[in-house]
Amino acid sequence: MDDPLYREEILDHYYSSPHRGHLESPDLVSDLDNPLCGDEIHLELSLGTDGRINQVRFEGHGCVISQAATSLLADRVEGATLDEVRQITPVDVVKLLGVTLSPTRMKCGLLGWKALQKAVAEPGPARE
Amino acid sequence: MDSTEVKADPVLQAEQRSGLLSREPIDDLRQAGASGGNWQAAAHRASRFDLEEVRTAFPALRQEVSPGVPLIYFDSAATSLKPQQVVQAVLDFMTIYPANVHRGLHTLSERATEAFEGARDKVARLLGVEDSGQIIFTRGTTEAINLVAQSWGRAELKPGDAIVLSELEHHSNLVPWQMLARERGVELKYVELTDDARLDPDALEAALTDRVRLVAVTGMSNVTGTIPPLERIVEMVHARGARVLVDAAQSLPHHRLNFGRLGVDFVAFSGHKLFGPTGIGVLYGKRELLEAMPPVSFGGSMVVRVDRQRAEWNEIPWKFEAGTPPIAEAIGLGAAIDYLSQFSAQELAGHERGLLTHAHDVLGQIASLRILGPADPEQKGAIVSFTMEGTHPHDLAQLLDRHGIAIRAGHHCAMPLHVRLGIPASARASFSMYNTIAEIDRLGVALESIRLLFRRHSHEQVAPRPATRAATEFPNG
Repeated sequence: MDDPLYREEILDHYYSSPHRGHLESPDLVSDLDNPLCGDEIHLELSLGTDGRINQVRFEGHGCVISQAATSLLADRVEGATLDEVRQITPVDVVKLLGVTLSPTRMKCGLLGWKALQKAVAEPGPARE
Repeated sequence: MDSTEVKADPVLQAEQRSGLLSREPIDDLRQAGASGGNWQAAAHRASRFDLEEVRTAFPALRQEVSPGVPLIYFDSAATSLKPQQVVQAVLDFMTIYPANVHRGLHTLSERATEAFEGARDKVARLLGVEDSGQIIFTRGTTEAINLVAQSWGRAELKPGDAIVLSELEHHSNLVPWQMLARERGVELKYVELTDDARLDPDALEAALTDRVRLVAVTGMSNVTGTIPPLERIVEMVHARGARVLVDAAQSLPHHRLNFGRLGVDFVAFSGHKLFGPTGIGVLYGKRELLEAMPPVSFGGSMVVRVDRQRAEWNEIPWKFEAGTPPIAEAIGLGAAIDYLSQFSAQELAGHERGLLTHAHDVLGQIASLRILGPADPEQKGAIVSFTMEGTHPHDLAQLLDRHGIAIRAGHHCAMPLHVRLGIPASARASFSMYNTIAEIDRLGVALESIRLLFRRHSHEQVAPRPATRAATEFPNG
């Protein structure tokens, strides 16, 4: 099926994201879920000595959109400063996915972005 | 402006402009009201069920979702499509006699009142009850159940009393009771389902203690299609002196039950799932119960006398219908019942049984697809909910939409049931009189292509983990 939403690249991010997993000692973590569809995202970030994001890992389950968008975002923000991350907008996420999303699917598409914004909104060591 | 036009009767003009806007619908209502027959009268004047003719009656079916992709509507459990007859009845009211009911002494108001109250009579006949004073118009099933909880529940239930619900229930038959339970110190008990989501009467028997005052149960699950044995349930519950409320939102479009003869105490349903408009629903209650119940909404229509300090309530059903009622919607519901009643219940049931059996056959052959609830189509209504291993229901719904196939995905406002089934969400195809065997075949083909799409990509890669957790307890949605 020729479908931009379910294209190879997106399904690769869904099935084998390089960002799946956990960090040994994350500097920032956040959790978010969407009880309406049962999607969940657990996000972990580590920061370099320069304050930039070093690594992003996530765990979660849900539809292709929510999981792939999170993986694409993780790609995008590794190496970015926290301020740069805060400036990422929903429009940027849609651009990353490369498709237009219906209002319903927008919630799925933005779950990872919301988790990310939550993580960078309150900087500081999450785990002592 | 032409002076003759100013003097002309605008109603007559409107009627003359369009051949469609005749007085016929109203005459139909008068006849229906005058004949006053019982609910089974429909069977005698039943016309043959002709699928092509039925499909022609539903204008929404004449469209393509995208160029070359015709609509396959498998979401009738969410809301049914509407036949032209319903559209026309609403249009007639709005165009020809858009007057308020119950007060005007002018022709249009009398006509509107007759059509509105005529719809109430039709509902009574559909439910198999003689006295249409027992039919209260509400906004829908949800408002009808809330009315029972807030009126009967608050007046009758005391701390220590119990309400029994089933794990099958839609949130609309759960949350109103949760609120009442919290407010009144009432216990909520659940009848546990069998593993294939059937309601075992013995499990209900076990839950029926002397403290149980009400059993609120669905007539048909909106997820699994499970049909609880209502006759047996009513018998058991009444033997204990408790009341039975049936949420008939899903069952009524498929199974015409004679609720009067069954002796059910309360019945709630929605017009929009029964081929009628949104914004109209019904609460049926036994007269003695409704008469004893206090109103919960106050204002015009529901009173007979008002002085500066107090008011005297109107009789039922108007006691519960404060303000201008949904007139157009009620008239539309009446037209929907007329439409439905022209077919014999057996023929409709036979057609849907064929669809359901075929759906079980077709979907049952797809690897990694799991049908939820009873495996035997004989034990359920025309709904097939399912999960496909490794594919989220939302992705299924979106990909099926590309094939023009409308299904629903999510928890279908039945989170406790999904917890019981051990899944966060499901995909649901629900059928109605206008669906065809060929459409179900196309669903099968589309699902198989989706399965292959996901399998190709997941091959030799890390499969997504199964849900770590089922639906949460938040009662939204």
